[in-house]
Amino acid sequence: MKLTLKIWRQKNSQQIGKLVEYALNDVNPDDSFLEMLDTLNYDLIVKGENPIAFDHDCREGICGMCSLFINGRPHGPDTGIATCQLHMRRFNDGDTIYIEPFRATAFPVIKDLVVDRSAFDRVQEAGGYISVNTSGNPQEANTLPIEKSLADAAFDAATCIGCGACVAACKNASAVLFVSAKVSQFALLPQGKVEASERVANMVKQMDLEGFGSCTNTGACEIECPKGISLENIARMNREYLKTNLGG
Amino acid sequence: MSVLDAKIPLGPLSEKWSNHKNGIDLVNPANKRGLEIIVVGTGLAGGSAAATLAELGYNVSAFCFQDSPRRAHSVAAQGGINAAKNYKGDGDSVYRLFYDTIKGGDYRSREANVYRLAEVSSNIIDQCVAQGVPFAREYGGLLDNRSFGGVQVSRTFYAKGQTGQQLLLGVYSAMNRQIARGKIRMFNRHEMLDVVLVNGKARGIISRNLVTGAIDRHAAHAVVIASGGYGNLFYLSTYAMGSNASAAWKAHKRGAFLANPCFNQIHPTAIPVGGPNQSKLTLMSESLRNDGRIWVPKDLEDAKALREGRKNPNDIAEEDRDYYLERQYPAFGNLVPRDVASRAAKERCDAGYGVNVTGQAVYLDFASSIERMGKERARTKGLDGSDAALIERLGQEAIQGKYGNLFQMYEKIMDLNPYETPMMIYPTTHYTMGGLWVDYNLMTTVPGLYAIGEANFSDHGANRLGASALMQGLADGYFILPYTIGDYLSKDIGTGKVSTDTSEFEKAESQVRERISQLIGNQGSRPVDYFHKKLGAIMWQHCGIDRNEEGLKTAMEDIRSVRAEFWEDVIVPGTAEEFNEELAKAGRLADFLELAELYAKDALCREESCGAHMREEHRGPEGEALRDDSEFAHVAAWEYKGRPGEAELHKEKLVYENIEMKQRSYK
Ligand SMILES: Cc1cc2nc3c(=O)[nH]c(=O)nc-3n(C[C@H](O)[C@H](O)[C@H](O)COP(=O)(O)OP(=O)(O)OC[C@H]3O[C@@H](n4cnc5c(N)ncnc54)[C@H](O)[C@@H]3O)c2cc1C
Ligand code: SF4
Ligand code: FES
Repeated sequence: MKLTLKIWRQKNSQQIGKLVEYALNDVNPDDSFLEMLDTLNYDLIVKGENPIAFDHDCREGICGMCSLFINGRPHGPDTGIATCQLHMRRFNDGDTIYIEPFRATAFPVIKDLVVDRSAFDRVQEAGGYISVNTSGNPQEANTLPIEKSLADAAFDAATCIGCGACVAACKNASAVLFVSAKVSQFALLPQGKVEASERVANMVKQMDLEGFGSCTNTGACEIECPKGISLENIARMNREYLKTNLGG
Repeated sequence: MSVLDAKIPLGPLSEKWSNHKNGIDLVNPANKRGLEIIVVGTGLAGGSAAATLAELGYNVSAFCFQDSPRRAHSVAAQGGINAAKNYKGDGDSVYRLFYDTIKGGDYRSREANVYRLAEVSSNIIDQCVAQGVPFAREYGGLLDNRSFGGVQVSRTFYAKGQTGQQLLLGVYSAMNRQIARGKIRMFNRHEMLDVVLVNGKARGIISRNLVTGAIDRHAAHAVVIASGGYGNLFYLSTYAMGSNASAAWKAHKRGAFLANPCFNQIHPTAIPVGGPNQSKLTLMSESLRNDGRIWVPKDLEDAKALREGRKNPNDIAEEDRDYYLERQYPAFGNLVPRDVASRAAKERCDAGYGVNVTGQAVYLDFASSIERMGKERARTKGLDGSDAALIERLGQEAIQGKYGNLFQMYEKIMDLNPYETPMMIYPTTHYTMGGLWVDYNLMTTVPGLYAIGEANFSDHGANRLGASALMQGLADGYFILPYTIGDYLSKDIGTGKVSTDTSEFEKAESQVRERISQLIGNQGSRPVDYFHKKLGAIMWQHCGIDRNEEGLKTAMEDIRSVRAEFWEDVIVPGTAEEFNEELAKAGRLADFLELAELYAKDALCREESCGAHMREEHRGPEGEALRDDSEFAHVAAWEYKGRPGEAELHKEKLVYENIEMKQRSYK
């Protein structure tokens, strides 16, 4: 395949970036999108140029490290996958593809297509856990039966890979889908109930401090989420949050 | 240090760990606050250790090269985690898990360690449930489990196909709690480049900030290596792209022995190599072998036609198919252990029966399961059992319920519908059983330097049972290291703060800088990947599933020459003071190029076949692996002597007091 790529190049967080054009003549449709970039980078290095920086690690859709805004969509045109699972056969010969970093104030660009998503970590540190000791002796696991439907729903919420596509897709750069997934997982499980109010209050507060925008119920996040995290979680988080306000 | 003392406690097997814990010196809480521990790696092993140590009161600095601990390679584990809970009442017990692990490892692991692992396994599940890990449940609300990897009991706990992710998120949440308390300092996007010894003890590390390029010194009273396995030696593998051996290799060069480096598990069911740009092989869970039948054509002409796309698998009549596992191993069939299945696939493909473009793939066929399940469903629903289209649809639905996400993953990658045409699979490198040698306390041969999780060699012997790596990582981090490290640190409470302003730190830092500038300044012409692919090809050809003396000798030479070529001709663009992935990759590959030679040497010295290691010279009349217990019932621990290929061998004899060593047979 022949392709024209327009890729965002930005030396570091201080400098201004711009789109740079690359023409590819011989792309293998069976390669993954990241393998296509590997090949481009290989050629750039041989030519003495700087390769394009992009984040990735597992390359099987589970670590959440890969990002990329492809033709205006986080993780590209397919639904239900991360960028590393996208293949070149999804494009047509002769296409022009725009590749940009995830954009959000809370995700500053580090270099080229790499952004800093550590704001997510700080939101989790604010309360995304159950305060149980690891060195204590917790009770026998089966003394706490959990209804299957709740366990399954908690699992569905817990599948969020923390990629940030929801933020990148949102016109307000809101992180509500991500935060609500974590809040939901714990709100659904009996273990998490005791500190539920404190958790949601602290996580939401941190989310605001990090500079994420507010949620205006557009739903772009759900569409672009590679793991199908649903808007129901946002509703659940709002209910949890409301409880904390009512409780004072 | 030439005598290897495993420090196995005395007494009966089942009491060793309790007795040992009772005898361990404790550090009082006030003193813990004055002690610093560095943990390199925040996967299941390192993350659980960091959280637990911080909770105990130590000050912990934790490092990972990803942007967040939640992305460590443990996140990718699919199948599940073992624990001897006997919830199904099918006769499981600590002893049975212990027994299966020792047998699975082909009698090349240490009894006392393995027993302890089995003993703490059920605490792990309790711990994770308390943290909110959403394991699969039965309708009654109790935990569900399944059987996995050729084991006869159901002891594997799971969270759909994402067990690793869920366990890691549990660990990450425990870490977050300690980060918020200020007890863990987290260094994301930092890579450890050397370990620093002061008066023979591990006292710190040198790291590189991957964003700014800054080289920093970090001091501590003890250092824990939890950096995962080195399977990326093979270039193509199921590992994440960044997985590397540098931390362990640097520790080795500073005096830590490296044990059994040639023990490498090849997984039989990965998606095969499709083309030259392939960067990674995705695992298809082992559970597929419960319902899939593995075959290649009987006829070489058919195989050729399939490779050239002139025929498709459904054109090959039933009687022209060779279900070679069922033929060779009628008792276990498609469920033979990983090493047996992998070897058989490679043997068929080498003999010319491979079915994809590269000739390196066999079929994993669900057609008969689809039919069987379809008929079953039709019967239970009272539908017409002679309507083939209906049976097909019902059967596909049943398969989808069980393996839907895996089938979808396969279809995305291969662009083929596995419901209609059999999957293609091929073996690939998946897990390294070798690693830093540790004693019963998980300490390496360097005082104060510990190794846990996949980075150490312990517990799995020559082969690992499925669902046991997650168990080992969490056992080490939550329940073992936090005790044993206290014993060491109790003698260190008078030391006071460790300074980084010493000649040892100075020297280590300048060596790190020198090496980086050597890489950056090199006027070569080929990118890092060129050499990595070359190394991978050598490893796969000579050091993979089958090995022989001649091949291993050739490999050692070839590795040395690629290493020389690398240092002459590699090109690393950019500067050292910026985000520079190529520089990071170059450093990792340079270490792989050294470790690989020791790997080959270890394989050469082990003149027997055991577990995942098959030496062609040591096979029985029917091609089965021949172990040599009189000569090789030992751990091969290598001491660095200035060059990777000149390492000195030390042997830790393995003594089996509670289990009789038997020949493994799956016939
Ligand atoms: C696809 C797949 C499926 C699997 N499925 C299962 C399964 O179902 N059940 C099972 O039991 N096992 C499974 N395994 C094996 C298991 O996942 C791993 O063995 C285990 O998770 C390793 O954990 P770890 O904590 O030792 O290392 P890792 O999770 O690999 O963590 C390594 C850590 O070290 C850090 N690190 C590495 N080098 C450096 C450095 N130089 N400086 C700083 N940080 C560094 C990394 O950033 C990371 O945090 C699977 C493996 C794969 C690949
Ligand atoms: S909610 Fe979805 S899009 Fe957002 S971080 Fe999680 S997985 Fe990514
Ligand atoms: S690289 Fe891990 S999700 Fe894409």
